[in-house]
Amino acid sequence: MLKYANPTFFLPLVAKLLPWLTGATVVAFAIGIWGAFFSAPADYQQGETVRIMYIHVPAAWLSMFCYATMTASALGTLVWRHPLADAAQKAAAPIGAAFTFVCLVTGSLWGKPMWGTWWVWDARLTSVLVLFVIYLGLIALWQTIEDAGRAARGAAILTLVGVVNLPIIKFSVDWWNTLHQPASVFRMGGPTIAPSMLWPLLVMGMAFTLLFTTLHLMATRNEILRRRLRRLAIQTATGETNAQPTHRLTMTGGAE
Amino acid sequence: MSANLRPSPLMALFSREIRVARRLGGGGTMGVIFFLILVTIVPFAIGPDLNLLSRIGPAILWIAALLATLLGLDRLFQADHEDGSLDLMLTSDTPLELIVLVKCLAHWVVTGLPLVIAAPLFGLMLALDPQALGAVTLSLLAGTPALALLGAIGAALTVTLRRGGLLMAILILPLAIPVLIFGVSAASASISATTPFWPPFLILCALTLATLAAAPFAVAAALRHMSE
Repeated sequence: MLKYANPTFFLPLVAKLLPWLTGATVVAFAIGIWGAFFSAPADYQQGETVRIMYIHVPAAWLSMFCYATMTASALGTLVWRHPLADAAQKAAAPIGAAFTFVCLVTGSLWGKPMWGTWWVWDARLTSVLVLFVIYLGLIALWQTIEDAGRAARGAAILTLVGVVNLPIIKFSVDWWNTLHQPASVFRMGGPTIAPSMLWPLLVMGMAFTLLFTTLHLMATRNEILRRRLRRLAIQTATGETNAQPTHRLTMTGGAE
Repeated sequence: MSANLRPSPLMALFSREIRVARRLGGGGTMGVIFFLILVTIVPFAIGPDLNLLSRIGPAILWIAALLATLLGLDRLFQADHEDGSLDLMLTSDTPLELIVLVKCLAHWVVTGLPLVIAAPLFGLMLALDPQALGAVTLSLLAGTPALALLGAIGAALTVTLRRGGLLMAILILPLAIPVLIFGVSAASASISATTPFWPPFLILCALTLATLAAAPFAVAAALRHMSE
């Protein structure tokens, strides 16, 4: 029963946190969007299209942050066999895929007027596309393997293998001389963006992080509830009596 | 004392893998035929312009090799899983990582090596000059082991799935992209004067060595977790 202890502690905590997180997300987005679309000046070269950056850059950050979260959960799955880590891992994959998709689409929309093309096979773009495909592969793996515990461990191994892509994405602009501009916020020697543009970007980054946290907690909670429901359904279908060993087998099988 | 006369478990496993691959048929020959067909259909798709073909020839050969490597990978552990020999490997005294390494090596000898040997011949059909033929063959020799090892990760993850072939391809092809990038840039070095041969080739060798060191652990972990 020790392993149920954590989810039962986790669910009330999520219930308590969610309203606050949702509120904070809305407030942060309100400030961030106002800053990005009304307060921040247009760029002297890029004009109004620079505002795409306020969506594109946070989405890119979060696409990698989400993968890092998934990697931490994958370690939790493999090392401690924690059911909460399984659920967190599974919940993160579609959210990460969505952020990566937003990042790719907004980048493409910005690229057309600025670079004159929707897509180039530049190192940064390609490595983010690979990240997107890895997310899709993980989702496919989750959906294909029926046994939840086995799917979690398989996805965890693939997540750990795919993590080599993260440093490649981060440093691709430094290693290769590419079309995509190098880092201008998190770099040695401080940001190179004007403060009037930097603060809306950072607020948007915070808003995206809050959004991710909210969605991730909700999805993890839903995954736990879904598993409980499934376990209850199996119990009802097999006739409710917990004394028989076969039922115990199904229960642990479903719980892992 | 008699133990000295018997082959070591890993040698025995290696010869078993080769024997099984030979008796089952397919394996290497099928891979080479598939490779040939892929090379054959490209000129039909893009037209028989020899100048164009010789320019993109190395890339065609690499993509064909990548796809041909996928062939048969889904059976790498699945057959052993079905007839129970995988359970014996999991419970044996020999470390599973070494077993995996030997199985991958045998798989590469059966499927990867024939492709490398056939590559110069197929390169001729794509009008590659001798220098490009050498570059393609060398880069395939250095790169295909990495493809086999990366493929083994996908094969291990999908070992219990009855129809895991497509999923396996989806899982491992993104991981194979770095190998493809450096393999093709080493192979096309002789065609364009701007790119040198050695830097991408050495990076390709590094990638193969890194997968050689790391992939057996991932494969063994996947096999342990997926078949329990």
